This record gives sequence, C-alpha cells and structure tokens, in this order.
Amino acid sequence: MATTVIDHAPARAHAAKTGIWSWITTVDHKRIGILYGATAFGFFLMGGIEALLLRIQLGRPDNTFLSPETYNQLFTMHGTTMIFLAVMPLSAMFFNFFIPLLIGARDVAFPRLNAFSYWVFLLGGLFLNSGFLFGAAPNDGWFGYANLTSNQYSPGLNVDFWMIGLQILGIASLAAGVNFFVTVINLRAPGMKLMRMPVFVWMSFITQVLILLAFPVITVALILVMFDRFFGTHFYIPSAGGDPLLWQHLFWIFGHPEVYILILPSFGIVSEILPVFSRKPLFGYAAMVFSGIFIAFLSFGVWSHHMFATGMGPIADTAFSLTTMLIAIPTGVKIFNWIGTMWGGSIQAKTPMYFCVGFIAMFIIGGLSGVMHASPPADLQQTDTYFVVAHFHYVLFGGSIFALTGGAYYWWPKMFGRMLSEKLGKVHFWLMLIGFNLTFFPMHFVGLLGMPRRVYTYPAGLGFDIYNQIETAGAFFLLVAFLVFLWNIYVTWRKPADAPADPWNGATLEWAIPSPPPEFNFAEIPTVRSRDPLWETKRQHGGRLPEPARVSGAGIHMPNPSFWPVLAAAGVTAVFVSLMLLPKLGPAGVVVAVLFLFFSVFKWAFEPA
Amino acid sequence: MAFRAALRRALGLAPFLVVLLVLTACAHEYPQSTLNPKSDFTRMIDGVFMQTVYWATGVFVLVEGALLWAVIKFRGKPDDPEPAQTHGNTKLEILWTIIPALLLAMISVPTVRAIFKTYEEPSGPDIVRVNVTGHQWWWEFHYPQYGVTSANELHVPVGKTVFLEMNAFDVLHSFWMPQLGAKRDVFPNRITTLWFRADSAGFYPGQCAEFCGTQHGKMAFHVAAESQADFEAYMKGLQATGVVAAAGDSARAKADSSSRAGTTTASLAAQSATTPDTMAGKKLFASKGCIGCHSLNAVKFSKGLIGPNLSDVGSRHYIAAGTLPNTDENLAHWIQHPWSVKHGVLMPELGLTQADARTLAAYLRTHTGK
Repeated sequence: MATTVIDHAPARAHAAKTGIWSWITTVDHKRIGILYGATAFGFFLMGGIEALLLRIQLGRPDNTFLSPETYNQLFTMHGTTMIFLAVMPLSAMFFNFFIPLLIGARDVAFPRLNAFSYWVFLLGGLFLNSGFLFGAAPNDGWFGYANLTSNQYSPGLNVDFWMIGLQILGIASLAAGVNFFVTVINLRAPGMKLMRMPVFVWMSFITQVLILLAFPVITVALILVMFDRFFGTHFYIPSAGGDPLLWQHLFWIFGHPEVYILILPSFGIVSEILPVFSRKPLFGYAAMVFSGIFIAFLSFGVWSHHMFATGMGPIADTAFSLTTMLIAIPTGVKIFNWIGTMWGGSIQAKTPMYFCVGFIAMFIIGGLSGVMHASPPADLQQTDTYFVVAHFHYVLFGGSIFALTGGAYYWWPKMFGRMLSEKLGKVHFWLMLIGFNLTFFPMHFVGLLGMPRRVYTYPAGLGFDIYNQIETAGAFFLLVAFLVFLWNIYVTWRKPADAPADPWNGATLEWAIPSPPPEFNFAEIPTVRSRDPLWETKRQHGGRLPEPARVSGAGIHMPNPSFWPVLAAAGVTAVFVSLMLLPKLGPAGVVVAVLFLFFSVFKWAFEPA
Repeated sequence: MAFRAALRRALGLAPFLVVLLVLTACAHEYPQSTLNPKSDFTRMIDGVFMQTVYWATGVFVLVEGALLWAVIKFRGKPDDPEPAQTHGNTKLEILWTIIPALLLAMISVPTVRAIFKTYEEPSGPDIVRVNVTGHQWWWEFHYPQYGVTSANELHVPVGKTVFLEMNAFDVLHSFWMPQLGAKRDVFPNRITTLWFRADSAGFYPGQCAEFCGTQHGKMAFHVAAESQADFEAYMKGLQATGVVAAAGDSARAKADSSSRAGTTTASLAAQSATTPDTMAGKKLFASKGCIGCHSLNAVKFSKGLIGPNLSDVGSRHYIAAGTLPNTDENLAHWIQHPWSVKHGVLMPELGLTQADARTLAAYLRTHTGK
C-alpha cells in the first residue's frame, strides 16, 4: 500500500466513508470518540440495570429476589462496570472528540494507537462481562481484596475474568494515556501556550498523567494475583508467608488517583460550560489549573485513608488523615471559583447549565461527607457502611455523571449536527436530580444507623427498612430519567442535521468549524491569541465569526484507515485469554496468541500511514 | 422558576439533616446505630464526628446558598448586554483558600488527639481480655483469663475496659460493634486490637463489615454487656462445660462410638444428659458427624475448630451467626437445612430427617453453658 493523498473536500470525504467497515478501520479521532461514547453508554446502561437489580433485592428485609451468589456478582460487576467501562470511557469519548478540536489540531498524535485503545477497551469490556455467560462473573468486589481472591477461597473462573479483564482494560487506558499526553504537548495550535489551554484540556492532560502513573501499579498488583492463581506463588497468601495487606496498599495507590481520573475530566467539562452560559470568562483560571495539579499530586499521598480500619498505627493514620483533609482545600477553591464564574454573569438557563449547577450542588455534599471520613476515628464507624456508598455516589454520580451528561448536552450539536431537545433535557435533569437524591441521600442515614456495604440482605428490626425502600424507589426515578434521555436521543436522531456551528456562543475553537466537523477539522489551523479565542474573534468582528478564508480540505493529508489496530487489539485479548485457558490448551495456545499479536503489530508498524 | 424550586429543596435539606440526626438517636428503633454510643470509645468517636457534622452543615448552607443565590440573582436573557468580563479576584481567592484551611485545622486537632487514643493499649489488672477470631461466616470469642471459648455472642462486664486482640482464621473480616467499639479489620496473619468500656448493660448487635465471601451478609454477632456478677457467672458456667463434656471429647478422639462416655461424668448437666431424648441427641451428634466440627466443651479443643463452639448454644439468643432467633423450631430447621438459611455456608446439608433434627436441637438446648 502506497501513501495516498486523497482529496478531502468535506462532501466527498463524508460520502466515501460510510458502512461498518469504515467504522472498524477508522482512525479518525471523532469517530473513535463516538465509538467510545456509544460503547461506554451501553455499558453504563448495563451497570445501571445491575444497580436496579441490587436495589430491588434490598427493597425489603430478608428478600430472596437474588441469591447471595448472584448479588455478589452483580455488585462486583456494577462497580467494575461503572468505573472502568462507563465513567472512564465516557471521559475518553470527550478526550477523543474534543481535545484535538479544543487545541486546534487535525487528529491525535497517534491515530492508529487511538483506534487500538478503543478496540482493546471494547474487547476487555466484553471479556469482563462474558463471565455472566458462564454463570461465573467476578464476585469478590471491584476492589478484589486478597486473600479472598486466592484459589482456596475463590475457586472457579470468577476472579480470573476480573483480573484478566482489568489487565486488558489497563492496556487500553495506558495506550490512550500516552496518546493524549503527547497530543496535548505537541499538537497545540500556534499561540496556544499552556496557560491558554482550555481548562478541559488541562484537566484531561492531568488525568493522562494520573493514568500513566497509577495504572502500572494496578497492573503489577494484578500480575501478582495472576501468579498466585495460575502459577502457585504466594504474594498475598498468608498461610505461605504472603501478605494480603500488600494488595490493599498496591490497590489503593492506584485506586485513589483513579478517583481523580474519574472526576478531573468532569471538573474540566464544567469549567468549559459555566463560562459559556454565564457569558463571562472562567473565574481564576490560574487557580483552577493549579488546584487541579495540586489535587492530582496529593492524590498519590492519600491512599491509606481507604485503610484506616486496618489499624496502621497512629502515625500513619495521622499522616494520611491530614493529607486527605488537605485535598479539600484545592477542591474548595474550584467550587468557589465556579460560583465566582456565575457571580455577576448573565446566566442562560440551558440544559447543559442545569447539569453543571446540579453537579456543583451535589459535589459539595460529596466533598463534605468526604471530610467526615477523612477523620480516622469517625471512619472507624463509617468505613464499609452505606455512609461511604452515599459519599462516593455523590462524588461519582452527583459529580462525574452529572457533568458528563451536561457535557453530552453541550457538545451533542458539535458531535452529531443536531441539538438535543431542551424540553426533554430539562425533564431529564429534574428526574435525575430527584431520583439521585432519593436513591443516595438516605444512604447517609442508613449507613450511620449501622448498615454495612456489600450485604445481600439485612434483617428487619434494625430500622433499615424505610430508608432502603426510599432508595429503591429513587433508583426507578433514575431509570425513568435515563429513558427520557434515550427518548431525547431518538427524537433528535430523527430530526434533520441542521445545528449551527456555534449554537451556544462558545468561547473555544471547536465552535468555529461546522457541526459536525469535517474529517480534517480545521481547513486552516487557527492561531490562538487568548484564553477564549472565539470570544475575542467575535468581539473584533462585531459579535460574529468572520467567514473562513478556506473551507476546502483539498491537499490535507489525513491518516489512512487501518485494520491492524483491530487485529492487534484482538491479539492482546487472545494472549490473556490463552493464559486463562492454560490448563485446557496448554502452552500452545499462548504461543499461537503471542505470534498472532506479534504479526499484527509487525504489519501495523510497516503499514504506511 | 426551576431554579427557585431547587433553592427550596436545598434549603430544606439542612433542617432535614438535623431532624433526622435527632430521630436516629432513638435507641430502640435502631439497635445497630453508630449515633447512639454506649461506651467511652464510641462516645469519643461520636464527639469527633458530630463536630465535623456541625461545621459541615454550616459550610453546606453557606456554599449551597451562595450557589443558588448566584443562579437566581444573575439569571439573564439571551439579548441582555454582555456582563462585565471579570477574570478573577486574587484577594477573594486567597480568602477562600485560607478559610477552609483554618476550618480543617480546627477539625484536625481533636481528630489527631482521638487517633492516638484509639491506639492506646489499656493496662492494669482490671482489663478483660478477649481474643476474637473471624471465620467464614461466624465469630469465635476466646477468654484467655478464664480459659474458655464461645461463639457469636460476646459477653463483657459493664464498666470494665475490654481489650480485644483479633485475627482471622481464613480471609479478611472486620469486627464491627457500632454502639460499643466501632470496627477494626481482622487478618489471618496479624493481630489487630480494639478496646472499649461499656457504660450500660444491654444486648448490642454487630456484624462483619469487610466483604468476606458468599455469606458476608449474614455474619453477625451480639455483645451482651452485663453486670460483673452475671459475667462471672457466665464464665463459671462455660468453665463447667469443660468438666461435663470432657468425656464427650475423649469420644471425639475415638471419632466413632461415643454414646456411653458422657453419662458417667457427674456434673451440673448430668440430670438432663441422662434422659432418653438427650441420649438419642448425643448419639446423633456423634454419628452424624457434628462432632467433627463442633465442640460442646468450652475449655478443651476450644481453638481452631471449623465450626463454632456450642458449649452454651442452648442459651444463646441467636443461632447461625446472629441470623435466626434461637427457637427450637429455628434450631431444628438450621440443623436440617443450613443452606436454606445461609446458602453456601460451610455446614453441609447432612440429609437429616426432621425427627433427627428435632432430637439434635433438643440435645443442644440442654447445653446452656451452665
């Protein structure tokens, strides 16, 4: 295959690239973004249905709707799915689609690696869930505490699906992390200094750093589990001199930065939406950037606050308690600056803004309950109870999911050329806000009243009944809220694609190009002179964008489609699956899988882009 | 309009919080509540926690209030003139960095003081020591000062400091007594500790708080805080089972035949042990294999057995690790069909007839630890 330079006139580019094959071989960051979004939203709905089943089981005491075995699989898969298959890849959808647009680039630094990341993520997600087909979905919690995960206490394939699935997903995250890190460093438009980058790009960039530093730790920790289970080592097995506490340290050194991997992109999204709908620049840009960096830095020094009940001793408890409380300060700065952004503005009550205000309101509650169990003595009561479940749902649902939904409403026209219905959007918002609070606010109380986490049932007579009933009712509100969202998507899909390039009076570069953007994004790479480049341009041109000097993509070289990333992703998955099937297939399976992976990567490397 | 509704909702939350906190203090309705401390240890924790609750409520009202005020006050229309384009305010930003820092400093002082207190190892002759062992899915209590072992019902004297030294038999668990001692994780390869001094008599529920496998949800226990006299009597009773059951244990060593030995020992329980029903129960206890995992002797063979020690099972309030009230019917049902109560539990379905199960239950009923 020779390098070909295709004529990229927008109309022809779009006409020539339809059909399933074009999606499978695409290396276009926008299409990969849409693939990420659609896949992650599918997994999100699955995780939501799992949650709904859990809530039905807990709707009344001593319920037998689910067996303990099923319940344990469902709560494990709910957590694992929402973290690794929903919130992270939903953020990745925005990274993919919008980092290049926001920094004025034509694609990411490594387009084929980007496709590889997506396919590894998809296959890893499917693999993780395939345990259900064998009645052996992971069942030891998303945190998989040793030594419960050892062969002795978890025979069967459940834990194998979990630890191998997570390792496959880790490869996707690391590849994407490298890709976006390099993209942000190298591909910014002329004039976009670091301190002119949109805050979403900043927060995404920090997220990639966290991914690159945190995921190797979980990978190592999981490889040790794998060795314990497959090859008879004893890293975590106390009867042979190993230490289960080692797992907890390794897991949370990854696990706490992971929390910020889940929330920082949302901070970024909110920091983009609030100024646009307040018609006013972000308040305290530098403080927003540096508080994000500070949070990320501190996130590597707080992991043991997940382990106060293990009895680490007073010095360790004190140190981790103080670093944890310290995180409240930059987080508070962010919240105050968001309010400062709205203060004195001219607030436009559009759906994305609703979700952002909802995000701030809910995130405050999650932050305050977080400070409560930053105190180790208080945590001795609260850890592993529903109080903690309430806390992290306020942060991850009230935080991440609200912001990501707001981001979806905000950027939908740019992605698909159609505006989502405002009316349905607001119905969606109110149902979600009410359902969310009905579901999760009573969990604070029921936790303080003594209900532990991860129990498949509870007896009557402890006073948990009414709170659990309210929570279960709330979960159905959330179901309806997301059905409204799906309806909104469906209705919008049937409308003509007539969204204007700049429906919200945006401040950032993506609004200067058509909705949806042409494959090459920018016919002419823009030059950036301020933090809100589009507002500046519009101000100089009497409130509107000037007609672009050039719209044709003729002569712009875009990377060719390739199917080697797909095959390489299949190869990675095959290697791990062959390890799992070692007892059945023997080393031959591993050899074949490794050769296949090697062949795919080799062909990929020598294929002209 | 919608934002105003949001304002009403959010402002409604703060009193809601206070009302519910008061409500949740009712002991009888919420026996497992952390908000109703019954020991010096949990009282100290509650003090630290409530302090942060008050501060947090204040911060909540102010910040949510500011947010809603901004949303309502600065609501604009699309054709309004562009608002002033401010980019920040260094003084304000420094202020709202310093104020939270000061608040946190204030919270951290009592927190750090309490941290060191939670790790203090009590000393003195008056301490009651208990070794706690977590098993899948029940709790073992060994009283080293009295040389006895029991399960799932911890007895402690009111007004005396109890020092728990804990570990796990198999996987990680967490020993949680919400009203008396908060929680501490237990591990198979290390000793963790807790201390508390119960300040009022009562029967307090607790349960495992670290996910430990299939039946983590039904790994409960109770703490009976009682007068010193009652506690001593309970200990004496358990010690007596050592005399009664000594013969039974020697039979255990022989592993198969056993039924004659127990009757030869004169003891407190001798009368009941000689009735024909209990004779039959004793026989079943050996022949059906119960004896392989359970001991009826609180003194010998008290550690390291697979199943809970049953020396005082007849007088415990609950069976199956705090799961079922200890009625004759429940006990027989549990013996006959343990998996219908706790699916996956290590106690096997032995294929007992209902009559056998009833006989065994009646036999166990005579083992009251007295």
